[in-house]
Amino acid sequence: MDTERAVVSQIRAALEAACSATRDGAAADSVAGVTPAFVASPASTAEAAALLGAAATHDLTVVPRGAGLGLGWGLPPSSCDLVVDMALMGDVIEHAAGDLVARVQAGATIGHLASVLAQAGQQLALDAPPDATVGGVVATGMAGPRRFRYGAPRDLLIGLTAVRADGVVAHSGGKVVKNVAGYDIGKLFSGSQGTLGLITEATFRLHPLPVAVVYVTAEFGSSDRAGAAAAVAAAAGSALVPSAVELDWPGGSSRPLRVGVLLEGTAAGVAERATRMSERLGGAAGSPIVAVSPTAPPRWGQLPSSSTVVRTTFWVAKLPAVLDALVAAGEEAGVRPAVSGPAGAGALYACLGPHTEDDAAVRFIAALRDRLTRVTQGSAGPRGSVVVLAAPSSVLTTAGAYGPVPGAALMRSVKDQFDPGYRMFPGRLAGGS
Amino acid sequence: MAATTIEGLVPRMRQVCGAANVITDPLELRTYECDGLTAHRMVPALVVLPGTAGEVAAVVAECAKAGVPFVARGSGTGLSGGALPHPDGVLVVMSRMRKILEVDPVSRRAVVEPGATNLSVSKAAAPFGLFYAPDPSSQVVCSVGGNVAENSGGAHCLKNGFTVHHVTGLEIVTPAGELTWLGDGTGVTTGYDLLGAFTGSEGTLGIVTKIVVKLMPLPETVHTLLAAYATTSDGGRAVSDVIGAGIVPAAIEMMDALSIEAAEAAVGCNYPEGAGAVLIVELDGPACEVEGELATVRALCEAAGATEIRAADDPAERAVIWAGRKSAFAAVGRISPAFIVQDGVVPRTSLGEVLARIAALSADAGIRVANVFHAGDGNLHPLVLYDDASPAQTEAAEELSGAILDTCLEHGGSITGEHGVGVDKSRYMPKMFNADDLDTMQLVRCAFDPASLCNPGKVFPTPRLCGEVPGHRRAPHPAVAAGLAEIF
Repeated sequence: MDTERAVVSQIRAALEAACSATRDGAAADSVAGVTPAFVASPASTAEAAALLGAAATHDLTVVPRGAGLGLGWGLPPSSCDLVVDMALMGDVIEHAAGDLVARVQAGATIGHLASVLAQAGQQLALDAPPDATVGGVVATGMAGPRRFRYGAPRDLLIGLTAVRADGVVAHSGGKVVKNVAGYDIGKLFSGSQGTLGLITEATFRLHPLPVAVVYVTAEFGSSDRAGAAAAVAAAAGSALVPSAVELDWPGGSSRPLRVGVLLEGTAAGVAERATRMSERLGGAAGSPIVAVSPTAPPRWGQLPSSSTVVRTTFWVAKLPAVLDALVAAGEEAGVRPAVSGPAGAGALYACLGPHTEDDAAVRFIAALRDRLTRVTQGSAGPRGSVVVLAAPSSVLTTAGAYGPVPGAALMRSVKDQFDPGYRMFPGRLAGGS
Repeated sequence: MAATTIEGLVPRMRQVCGAANVITDPLELRTYECDGLTAHRMVPALVVLPGTAGEVAAVVAECAKAGVPFVARGSGTGLSGGALPHPDGVLVVMSRMRKILEVDPVSRRAVVEPGATNLSVSKAAAPFGLFYAPDPSSQVVCSVGGNVAENSGGAHCLKNGFTVHHVTGLEIVTPAGELTWLGDGTGVTTGYDLLGAFTGSEGTLGIVTKIVVKLMPLPETVHTLLAAYATTSDGGRAVSDVIGAGIVPAAIEMMDALSIEAAEAAVGCNYPEGAGAVLIVELDGPACEVEGELATVRALCEAAGATEIRAADDPAERAVIWAGRKSAFAAVGRISPAFIVQDGVVPRTSLGEVLARIAALSADAGIRVANVFHAGDGNLHPLVLYDDASPAQTEAAEELSGAILDTCLEHGGSITGEHGVGVDKSRYMPKMFNADDLDTMQLVRCAFDPASLCNPGKVFPTPRLCGEVPGHRRAPHPAVAAGLAEIF
């Protein structure tokens, strides 16, 4: 015991020497049920580097934490000695408005960044929660409705500073939008969920804030899935330049389906485009109720609060088959998933409520995978995937978070190179079944 | 020794690709000695032209087994020597694999083979009112596989992004000779974005055998303006004002007096006489948005001191305006025996300062520089003109060329915006990235190609020894133990 205490205090001293804002972990710091021994809040990339260097010396497992919004999603860490909390790195370092570029510390919140950029009439064109951090958004790769037009965080990220598991600081990209010098480490860290290293700074390309926005919605009866799917395809394939093409279907087969289209531009421009988009949505198939509004429809870009979130991706032509599969899998498992997401960009989230039995959730996931195999696994290569983004860990371990992940063996090789000790968020990412 | 190894490979390569598709004749091999950057030449030991993904995999597997380096080549239009052959290696030429395998207009996706030309994708998509957005100037001949390797841009990437934004799935042959897919084909990534990291890796992480690309609806309206200015700094002011007005044009291009003169001589583009700079601004989108933007852009161009403005509203008129710009690289060949194309990038707001610096450097060196650039994204293509018959001029031109890149870096820019590092700019990489940055990039190389056989000697000034890959040191995750998933 004495030896163990001595070792712990030695480690504490090493972490404190690297980063003064180091304290013992508490229950409130637990990551998916795992309480860390230590929590440290570096104030700079240099401090973060010293911290991860000390963690490497003492062979500590490390979990990076931004706002903590995504920590409960996915598999819990198999071990967590140290949480690196990014709360003290919350600054917008540079906003080069004339260049439409911003360099930001990873702990800066999306809301803070948005308020700084808005002063110059600019934005980071991502729909993330205002309290999410920039580093968390990059690490999880989450994108909202406007993924359709602007892409995911990886599409807007032009430069990255990260600290490797061994404490080495690495930069890639830069602060110009057009740049092909060297490997794009930013892409690698996109979606890495803290398993490759700690993101400390990110540089983004920005977009002007639109003068006007308008939402065009088309509501289809519960039996008219084909009509809704046709409307999604019609909107997504139009030259009216929608910024988002969403589908919202709150409660299984008995509830209506709503297709929502966001148009951004000038006041006169979006008004005319909305009229024409309304015609397209109404004329695609079925007889929907079409409405135009300057404000977002309910639940826009929000996932229903739920304990299980299953993401399905697909080629848009297969949307009718995907909707059918969601219904059938729900019936088979005795659950009623709430479905929403950027259908025009080829993705939907199926959410199960918190009272769903684990068995039922597992059956739903298995049934969905089974029914979508032919949709997602084309003879000429993958055409989509079914991934469990969030679920109770018992469901995740039984059902498996991922189906086959293309390039899983190469991902493993990348992990081996970047974090040979498997100390960065161990157990979080699954490389395929 | 290398020669005997290669000779040993020939029979097997003939089995894999067919005898007609294995080139050993020295004269024929010479035709592959360089890509679009002719300053670097190297005759490959062997050239193979596989016809299928399986054949590419078999070719690479043989190379891996024999420890022979290999280099992939598309149409050979690259401008950084990325497809420069290895003297003891196999050049894998993708020109037989040029099929458009599928166009799905509803999903707005196409699946193409790597040798397909960039333009052929847009041609196949056109009947459905769709197009493939990346449009490098060489799009008539350059291959999509090459575009993936270089993360190619083009004049319209200001608004639409680069190749990496338009590729949603890749089938590749790994440097070990295994076929695998990167990305699930939809553009939504799971885990590390290997699809994104591979795109732009300049052929050093594997060979692409199939590409899933996004198609976009053709814009409803396209308007092109040409504005003439007395100086590039006047033109630069117009660029800043347009961007400052919250407008993202499809393209903003500028040419200076010397490049205008060259283009005039080459294609008679009939740009306004005596102009010190011409600015080309293209706007596209729904008519109800573009008409308003057009009026704003025109007003801003005038306010910045345009001496003349021309508008093109139909494809024929547009082609006339673009003819000068698109011919620029080739055109300077008419006013100079030799030239170096640079590809530096600077923050757009530094353009004026950097152009002034380039002019000063040019005057000091007594070497002419013609400037053609993607003004909207600060990507400069200074054309350094010299006489390659004079060793002194050649050296001065190379020095000037390097000084221009230094200037770009001093302003927070990049050594390459779209042409890639290749062999040409690897020596500048340590100026842009420190040793730790380069070491980190090479970790990716080690993950994909530990034996360093795949297009070796490109991008990085010095190779990294990859060493042994350590295994797990921790207890397996329950899901791994249960045999359900591979977790890390």
